[in-house]
Amino acid sequence: MTSPILLAIEDLTVSFDGFKAVDGLNLYVERNEVRVVIGPNGAGKTTLLDLICGKTKASAGSIKFKDTELTRLVEHDIVKAGVGRKFQTPSIYENLTVRENLELSYPKGRNVFGSLFFKVTDEVNARVLAVAEDIFLSDRLDTSAGLLSHGQKQWLEIGMLLIQDPELLMLDEPVAGMSVSEREATAELLGRISQNRSVIVIEHDMDFVKDIAHRVTVLHQGKLLAEGKMDEVQANEKVIEVYLGH
Amino acid sequence: MGGYSSQELVAIFVMQGFSGLSLFCVFLLMALGLAIIFGQMGVINMAHGEFLTLGAYITWMVSKLATETWPWMQQFYFPLAVALAFLGTFILGYLVEMLLIRRLYARPLDTLLATWGLGLIMQQIYRSTFGPREVSVVMPDWLMGSWAPTDIIDIPLNGLFVMGITALMTVLVVILLYRSRWGIKVRATTQNRLMANAAGINTQRVDRFTFALGCGIAGVAGAAFTTIASTGPTTGSLYIVDTFLVVVFGGAASLFGTVVSAFGIAQSQSILEFFLSGSMAKVITLLTVVAILMFRPQGLFASKVRR
Amino acid sequence: MDKWIAAFGGRQRLLQLLALAVLLMVILPLTLDIFRLNLVGKYLTYAFVAVGLVLCWGYGGILSLGQGVFFGIGGYCMAMFLKLEASSPENTAIQSTPGIPDFMDWNQITELPLGWIPFHSLTLTILLIMTVPALFAFLIGAAMFKRRVGGVYFAIITQAIASIATILIIGQQGYTGGINGITDLRTLLGWDIRPDSAKYLLYFLCCILLIACLLVGQFVLNSRYGKLLIAMRDQEDRVRFSGYDVANIKIFVFALAGVFSALGGAMFALQVGFMSPSFVGTVASIEMVIFCAVGGRLSLIGAVYGALLVNLAKTLLSESFPQLWIVFMGALFIGVVLLFPQGLAGIYEDYVRPQVAKLFSRKSNAESQGDKAVAQEAR
Repeated sequence: MTSPILLAIEDLTVSFDGFKAVDGLNLYVERNEVRVVIGPNGAGKTTLLDLICGKTKASAGSIKFKDTELTRLVEHDIVKAGVGRKFQTPSIYENLTVRENLELSYPKGRNVFGSLFFKVTDEVNARVLAVAEDIFLSDRLDTSAGLLSHGQKQWLEIGMLLIQDPELLMLDEPVAGMSVSEREATAELLGRISQNRSVIVIEHDMDFVKDIAHRVTVLHQGKLLAEGKMDEVQANEKVIEVYLGH
Repeated sequence: MGGYSSQELVAIFVMQGFSGLSLFCVFLLMALGLAIIFGQMGVINMAHGEFLTLGAYITWMVSKLATETWPWMQQFYFPLAVALAFLGTFILGYLVEMLLIRRLYARPLDTLLATWGLGLIMQQIYRSTFGPREVSVVMPDWLMGSWAPTDIIDIPLNGLFVMGITALMTVLVVILLYRSRWGIKVRATTQNRLMANAAGINTQRVDRFTFALGCGIAGVAGAAFTTIASTGPTTGSLYIVDTFLVVVFGGAASLFGTVVSAFGIAQSQSILEFFLSGSMAKVITLLTVVAILMFRPQGLFASKVRR
Repeated sequence: MDKWIAAFGGRQRLLQLLALAVLLMVILPLTLDIFRLNLVGKYLTYAFVAVGLVLCWGYGGILSLGQGVFFGIGGYCMAMFLKLEASSPENTAIQSTPGIPDFMDWNQITELPLGWIPFHSLTLTILLIMTVPALFAFLIGAAMFKRRVGGVYFAIITQAIASIATILIIGQQGYTGGINGITDLRTLLGWDIRPDSAKYLLYFLCCILLIACLLVGQFVLNSRYGKLLIAMRDQEDRVRFSGYDVANIKIFVFALAGVFSALGGAMFALQVGFMSPSFVGTVASIEMVIFCAVGGRLSLIGAVYGALLVNLAKTLLSESFPQLWIVFMGALFIGVVLLFPQGLAGIYEDYVRPQVAKLFSRKSNAESQGDKAVAQEAR
């Protein structure tokens, strides 16, 4: 029987010149769970994602994904293990079309010789079309990515992660800069894609959080402040004092 | 080791070390100017050597004036020449920043190419104006001769003078960067241009001044250079590759690193030169630097800021 | 048919490639004397380097200021082979040690150094020309790209490497021919490379090799790897976080550019008959970057034209205005960067192509009008 825990973070610490951005953090994410991480600025939320995906090296502690210790791997190997990371500012290939952006993210032929001889087969095409539909961009496949609106760029980046079919998806402020209707669409998208994977989301928009979260983790000064269902967390005294306000 | 007594060996080391010191000073002055421009501004000035050459030519012109037209200037013209060298290169640097560098700020590789082109043009102008052959500066009496602290150790005075200027410039630059208002503006602009602008700092003017200052220091290096060797149109370009390595090796943002790096590289070359041929000494020194850089690309003293 | 056209990069590029091939292999040989044609052949050897730079710099964002080193590896390998052949014991009977190159004799070397021995064989020489640059590029690339050294730092280090190589070659004149290089090359497997007939053949060989490199380059750009280069240049992190080892991507394109440059160097030694360290150092290497920039750093074919035109200008100017051509080169550097960053290819795309398209559409408009008139008549 496979364990229900997908990601096990234990005693994770990273310090920059003495400043502990993440301090002895313990966090467990289950399969098919949507976990939202909230907290004031500087709490260590983005750093946490950086540590998991390998962008930053941990000073101490362990990050276990299924049975693999991620702190020992390089970024591209962590991706291949099944972890996808979306950045705060949309990082897509602006000079290529939406279709090309998705094709490049297709998880086959990811070494030099594989990519030299990679062919866009019907299978690849079908998958690209399917993902494009998921992210509301099926009619923009041949548009240059640089010409998309901010919200559409966010969706494209999510699509570029989806096409790799990661088991753990990490989104850093996915609805920042989006209109109300775009937020609703994104909430619906997240609901769909979390059906068979786990998602960690960093967000500030509390209404959006309430919409999507299974559980919420509150970070403060690199440490765990509170954890639980949204209403539990919202009622937590310490959280109100530090972050949510009255 | 070739039959030298230990006393003689010490003397050899000291004298080679000393000739290494003169080289170190020129390296350091060139590297200081470049470190300010590259380390602080991220701009690659491939024409930096040509600013050194300009400083040297200005010094030569003043020396000609002093020997041919106004002989009463003979004894004290040199400090004046150094000042003029600084001024001349500063002004030219200011203009270059305004007309060329300004337009290429976000494009460091393009700046590299454009300033290389500028360097070519400057070299040709020198060639046409001063002739292709090297020119020598007539040194005032008090700079000639040497100081002999012991029987076999003989230290040339001009070398001491160069060291003096270098020490002075280094101290001045450190004070300027870390203790003056302008220095704060430069460091603010380097670390966060947007915020610096928002805080009311005229970053354009800061950039212009910084670049001009870097060029000015190269001019002083050129003036100092005239005391140890003669100058030709391509003199500066001989040192440019080494200078960049010095800056990068020291850790581009660290002035202290620049000093240590310049010292290390100059000394290594000079001491090795005694035991091997000149070219092998240079090759081994540069290869070692490049090899170390491959293992530690941020240089010896890397900036501690998490970018 | 369509698949073939796509393999060349589309109909436009295929036509441009054909135009270039016709120019190089038909028009020029018919209109120029052998002396000038040989000069063109020399310029074309620089084009190999420029084409490599289009891939590595234009598309990959990796500026190497040391491509002269690779040019030199190919050139010296070929020159060493040719020199050994020219230094047969019969030819060198008057030397103190016959059977070794003349410059070794002058430097009191009495035995062929170990490093020269493989170059007795043409097969080994060709093998080394293709593999040593790749290996060297791999070493440099692995050391730097795996440590995320890029951009400006990489450029400076490649410049230092070019400088080191030059000093080494000049300093070790017993083994390398020093500052004069390796000269007086005579025959290739018994076939004399000096007379005009040989130069014609070598010129065509050079053209064919260059076109082959263009085709390989186009294949690379068409592939997914080519798109990766563009993606990596714009958004390296995203490529890394899509599961690609970015360092390997960079190493490959740098090595490919190195091999192209080495081929150019080898053809240079064959066509011009010598090899010297002046083609290895920083000055030569940066000039090769300018050929690429003038042609258009994103255009493989443009790079060839860039190399031809800049060298042509250099030859003409240095004859008539020896003072001026250095200033011209300097101004070219500045002009390309400030005014036309996409080079000649950019100018062509922006100004010439729309005119050409208009010409063709006017023609087809007139044709369709005529067809309509005929069709109406027929009714």
